[in-house]
Amino acid sequence: MRYALLINTDEATEPQQGTQAANDRMEVYAALTQEMAGAGRLKAGERLHPTSTATTVRVREGKELITDGPFAETREQLAGFYLVDCKDLDEAISYAKRIPAAATASVEVRPVWEMG
Amino acid sequence: MSGRQADGAMAALASVVDEHRATILASLIRILGDFDLAEDALQDALARAASVWPRAGVPPSPTGWLHVTARRAALDRIRREQSGNRKLREAALAAELERHDEAVDMDEPIADDRLRLIFTCCHPALAPEARVALTLRTLCGLTTTEIARVFLVPESTMAQRIVRARRKIRDAGIPYEVPSAAMLPERTHSVLAVIYLVFTGGYAPGPDESIVRNDLCSEAIRLARLLAQLMPDEPEALGLLALLLLQDSRRDARQDATGRIVLLDDQDRSRWDHGAIEEGIRLLDTALAMRRAGPYQVQAAIAAVHAEAVTAEDTDWREIAMLYRRLASLTPSPVVELNRAVAIANVDGPGAALPLVDALAAPLASYQPFHAARADLLRRMGRAREAADAYRRAIELSTNGAERAFLELRLAGLTI
Repeated sequence: MRYALLINTDEATEPQQGTQAANDRMEVYAALTQEMAGAGRLKAGERLHPTSTATTVRVREGKELITDGPFAETREQLAGFYLVDCKDLDEAISYAKRIPAAATASVEVRPVWEMG
Repeated sequence: MSGRQADGAMAALASVVDEHRATILASLIRILGDFDLAEDALQDALARAASVWPRAGVPPSPTGWLHVTARRAALDRIRREQSGNRKLREAALAAELERHDEAVDMDEPIADDRLRLIFTCCHPALAPEARVALTLRTLCGLTTTEIARVFLVPESTMAQRIVRARRKIRDAGIPYEVPSAAMLPERTHSVLAVIYLVFTGGYAPGPDESIVRNDLCSEAIRLARLLAQLMPDEPEALGLLALLLLQDSRRDARQDATGRIVLLDDQDRSRWDHGAIEEGIRLLDTALAMRRAGPYQVQAAIAAVHAEAVTAEDTDWREIAMLYRRLASLTPSPVVELNRAVAIANVDGPGAALPLVDALAAPLASYQPFHAARADLLRRMGRAREAADAYRRAIELSTNGAERAFLELRLAGLTI
């Protein structure tokens, strides 16, 4: 089954880019990414720019409504995702819990809706 | 065919259902990979047994007959289904059924099936109340109506909760497996917690004091027994079974003839189930010998100290206070602290316990036993006016008639 591991972080408390803490964390991500790829589990994965760069698009009664910022103001923000192909939810959880954000914010595991 | 044969057949069916329902259902779920289909197919098979057995006699292997009949019923249901991928499922299932039909040996793999089913129903990815409901429905065979009544929610709410849980199992790929060694300790904890919740659902006084509640205790003990049997090397599984047996041994002594609550101190100890006590203590000793203590073993040890006291005065409160300290270090909680304080009151007097209890006022503000315990301490210290206030608060928070009557009696007995 394919799962999206949605990585949430608290942008306010994230380590600043270029600091030792940020570099250390990048290494953990890189190692985990490599491991999942090596195990043939990783299908895709991307890091996103912070929500200050987000634009939200809605269409209401045929009219587009463009707003600055994320879809909702929340304490945690979507920061990136992995798309993994796992045996079952437990295997997906075993990767999700090793994502650094799981220890500081949260990782949401969502099964992918398989078409056809 | 005589009426007696028919009666015999129905009795045989009832006893097979009672003993083997969960086993048959567990293996169907594994083969079919679908809770709903498995349950419908089992219903079909039971209905068929009810019509065939009284006429043709009970088959030589009643459980084998039910297994095979239920599998065929599942196949029939898939054939009737009007879905696009029907052919695909039918072919896959037919192959699967053929494989299993040849080997209807039911000893070894089936124990595994039930264990798998317990872990699936108690998976932490399901909401806690859904785990309890699903376990009662699937493993204990309670109806949705019964479960709804016990947990005081409308039947439609409970039905929806069960449907949603089953859908999540399917759509999120919750495995139908005993977890890997790395995940086993945490997952076992979740299973133990569900079984204990089933038990307290029956034991804790609620507004409905009907027979269903006692049944829940029995179901919980049955589940704990099954788990202990399937995980004999897990001391907490033995500890949980011991705890439930020891608590349940007092069932008959907890209420008097008029339904009024009888406190532990005042219970007629000859009415305790001494067979259950003996078994509980034996299990606890086996668990403790494994030297991996856990909260259920400690709670069982506390229950055992009570059970071993011939009279209330003989209770070793010092030991109980020590065990609560141990429990607090394993699972810190204000409720555990409250119980420890009550034990200390019986060792060093209510004056020593009151400050400990008062310190819990904030987290336990709306917890009925907190106010009842505090009222009792104040009463014993002769502070009647404050005791009365605390009794009144406890009465306000009580949801159970028998409990309220007891508190009102104590309140009336105060001399202010």
